[in-house]
Amino acid sequence: MAEIDIKNGNGNGNKYTSKDFSSSQDVRWCPGCGDYSILAQMQRVSPDLNIKLENFVWVSGIGCAARFPYYMNTYGIHGIHGRAPAIATGIKVNKPELSVWVATGDGDLLSIGGNHFIHACRRNIDIKILLFNNRIYGLTKGQYSPTSEKGKKTKSTPFGSIDFPFNPLSLAIGAGATFIARSLDRDPKHLKEILKRAGEHKGTSFIEVYQNCNIFNDGAFEILTDKETKADNVLFLEHGKPMLFGKNNDKGIRLNGLTPEVVDISNGKYSINDLWIHNEFEKPNSAANILSHFTEMEGFPTPVGILRQESKSTYEEDFHEQLSNITKTKGEGDLRKLLFSGNMWEVAA
Amino acid sequence: MTKGIVDLNDVIVRFAGDSGDGMQLTGTQFTNTTALAGNDVSTLPDFPAEIRAPAGTTYGVSGFQLHFSSDDIQTPGDAPDVLVAMNPAALKTNLGELKTGGSIIINVDSFDSKNLRLADYESNPLEDDSLVGFNVVSVPLSKLTATALEDSGLSAKEIARCKNFFALGMMYWLYSRPFEPTLNWIKIKFKSSPEMAAANEKVLKAGYYFGENTELFTTRYQVAPAKLSPGIYRNISGNEALALGFVTASVKTGLPLFLGSYPITPASDILHELSKHKNFGVRTFQAEDEIAAVTAAIGASFSGALALTTTSGPGVALKTEAIGLAVMTELPLVIVDVQRGGPSTGLPTKTEQSDLLQAMYGRNGEAPVAIVAPATPAECFNMAIEASRIALKYMVPVMYLSDGYIANGSEPWKIPEPDNIPEMKPKFVAPKDESNNGHAGFDPYTRDENLSRPWALPGTPGLEHRLGGLEKANITGNVSYDPQNHEFMVRLRAQKVKNIEHDIPELKVTGDIDADLLVIGWGGTYGAITEAVNKARKSGSKVAQTHFRYLNPLPKNTEQVLKQYKKILCPELNLGQFAKIIKSEFSVDIIPFNKIQGLPFKSSEIEDKIEAILGGK
Repeated sequence: MAEIDIKNGNGNGNKYTSKDFSSSQDVRWCPGCGDYSILAQMQRVSPDLNIKLENFVWVSGIGCAARFPYYMNTYGIHGIHGRAPAIATGIKVNKPELSVWVATGDGDLLSIGGNHFIHACRRNIDIKILLFNNRIYGLTKGQYSPTSEKGKKTKSTPFGSIDFPFNPLSLAIGAGATFIARSLDRDPKHLKEILKRAGEHKGTSFIEVYQNCNIFNDGAFEILTDKETKADNVLFLEHGKPMLFGKNNDKGIRLNGLTPEVVDISNGKYSINDLWIHNEFEKPNSAANILSHFTEMEGFPTPVGILRQESKSTYEEDFHEQLSNITKTKGEGDLRKLLFSGNMWEVAA
Repeated sequence: MTKGIVDLNDVIVRFAGDSGDGMQLTGTQFTNTTALAGNDVSTLPDFPAEIRAPAGTTYGVSGFQLHFSSDDIQTPGDAPDVLVAMNPAALKTNLGELKTGGSIIINVDSFDSKNLRLADYESNPLEDDSLVGFNVVSVPLSKLTATALEDSGLSAKEIARCKNFFALGMMYWLYSRPFEPTLNWIKIKFKSSPEMAAANEKVLKAGYYFGENTELFTTRYQVAPAKLSPGIYRNISGNEALALGFVTASVKTGLPLFLGSYPITPASDILHELSKHKNFGVRTFQAEDEIAAVTAAIGASFSGALALTTTSGPGVALKTEAIGLAVMTELPLVIVDVQRGGPSTGLPTKTEQSDLLQAMYGRNGEAPVAIVAPATPAECFNMAIEASRIALKYMVPVMYLSDGYIANGSEPWKIPEPDNIPEMKPKFVAPKDESNNGHAGFDPYTRDENLSRPWALPGTPGLEHRLGGLEKANITGNVSYDPQNHEFMVRLRAQKVKNIEHDIPELKVTGDIDADLLVIGWGGTYGAITEAVNKARKSGSKVAQTHFRYLNPLPKNTEQVLKQYKKILCPELNLGQFAKIIKSEFSVDIIPFNKIQGLPFKSSEIEDKIEAILGGK
């Protein structure tokens, strides 16, 4: 289609706009929901990914986040609870030229769908998994989730939950995802940049987005998004840059052996030169793993940005390479030869 | 010494030994050689779920029965004529099945006090009178094998593992079979281990010549080739035929075959077989679990593959919700259920027909699927093509009910001419561009004359659309909670499946069409029922028979056929699941006949039931 190619930016700059990615369906999330921001950034960033509109596929499971595909004017499947990574795997393996994205929530991905999540990461299949983490079950009206903090009082835990939560980033790192990042629904600029970088990565990409559920868990991430507190509590990771944070950029992270420390660089004891320099490509993944645990450590800022990325062959590449190698060695399948094989005998007329 | 050759029409042999004794291999080799010799054959492998159950125990006994004949045969036979028993436990568990006066070939070396104790024999059956009436041939199999291999340099353990080839060689001599096909097989199988190849070859021949020279056997036998319809044949198991059927369906539809599967007995061999055929573009995906297997297949279907998932009953239970998703999204999908004994883990290696109601009704909501069931191992081939055809034409999930008996059993298969199998290329929706309404105008839930919706593939410009498990509005496919629309769509999905009845063969009645008694069956019981009906008719009874290969929808003439008979007998390997469906659909009386032992019917069991019904008239 000539029009499509022109639209895709081959020549005259007449590219898609975010409107092209917006479906005709009314968006039905609660007013004030963090999902709106994620949807808007995704629609904004999609035209920049140099992927044809018809090659996008959005896949989801069940939950508020799982309505996402209905609002993107792309191909999509709203599947069943927890199974989006597996559906996405089938799509991608069968048709690798498609760009396959998963929209999921903390219950969908980490409870019922935990198995599919870790196995997608393990295989390094080239799908992008967007976790809308609001630390609560929204669509079922307010039960604690596998990312809710211990002691959380919800409808199903009136006396406080006794579960330790998952750390989604540590889990993704451990399972072998090759692009691991975090962003915030209330930081659209950052979110858009991270979505773009995820879209450009080849391999399983995992993006945890802290997303506010203003109905059942309002303010869960306020300390990270409120103008007053954000700077002291968020660490913006940038490749090759020292880990610096604080209102006056006066605090940083220093590595003391394998132990990270928060240090003050305004009082002369430490300087910017003592700080840990972020390396997205660090091997092994232990550096990213240390970073992912900051959220559980008293006094540490919450890292956002790309914790780690790695270039590694993807599942669908290896899958199709094997198919074509075998076809080269054995020759293209010949049905007659296949059926007429083994020990045969003839019964004469 | 020259020995006389006696002609036989029909022989049933059972090999039995420890699960590590190689009985399945021995049985398979004997079967293939016998099929090559032109006999009709039918087999029944019967083995425990444990890979190597403790040696010498009765629960570790693995058996392989084969029936070969110069006539057209339908079953692996009721009672063996010959039992090859490699140890006391094998004798103990199989003796009761043996024909009165039948022969027992025994590895006498294994009848020591330890093995006798393990088999719970209080005294040695070879020395007391428990085998009176049988023709017992005691062969020192272990010692003869060891003697043959004394210079081989193999360990005692390795030598012991060759003794099944001695037994096989002996049986080849006894039934006048050539050993060359097995020699060829040994060469390929043990290519990487020349010492083992040489040892097995030597032992096979030693067994053969032992038969010739020993005075234990005074006669040998031969069974003339069967008069099968002309053509090229090969011996094939149900699982193998099924796999080849789906490769063929892939070629004929022009679609890549995508198999999402998780290993489970007795379906894993389909995954193994299909994994070999990647040069046909077959995409096998061993998933992390049953649910991922089916949902990945649904994803592959959405993107244009011929999508298949293979499992057994417990796996179907796990896939249930996803099958509902395929019903709702109206994507083509074939779900193979190689049924085994249930419920729960049940009897993994034993056969049963107890998943019919699960296939038919086992989903939330009104979720109709098409159901097919092949009747014999060879039929698994054609039914794979049929299941694919129905799934693609009607955009519907198809449940394919095989069972452990036909999956592992084998029979001669007349190889079809591939060019005579019709092509069935699906129509995908063509791309839309600006001139025909561009990206805004595709309705994924419009209908063709079969009530099927269009299949529009991701990657096609202008057809962007969203599917999902929420109720869909007619035509647009948008999410809809409208009460009238929901009822409309529920009825539409049901009607779509019902309409398939116009597109499948009608029931054929065989036997005495004007009889009072009709025997009906479905799936893998075909052989036993057919043999029972034939025998009953030979002994003077009037019986009609019809067999169902399409279970949902039922063939159009089902009611008309059923209403012609005063009595209807329905043998099933369950508590009467098909009878229940038939009774509720057509308000006819059914005489159920049920067996739930993890074993197929013997034809004599059904024949006795037929005689009892007719006699009681």
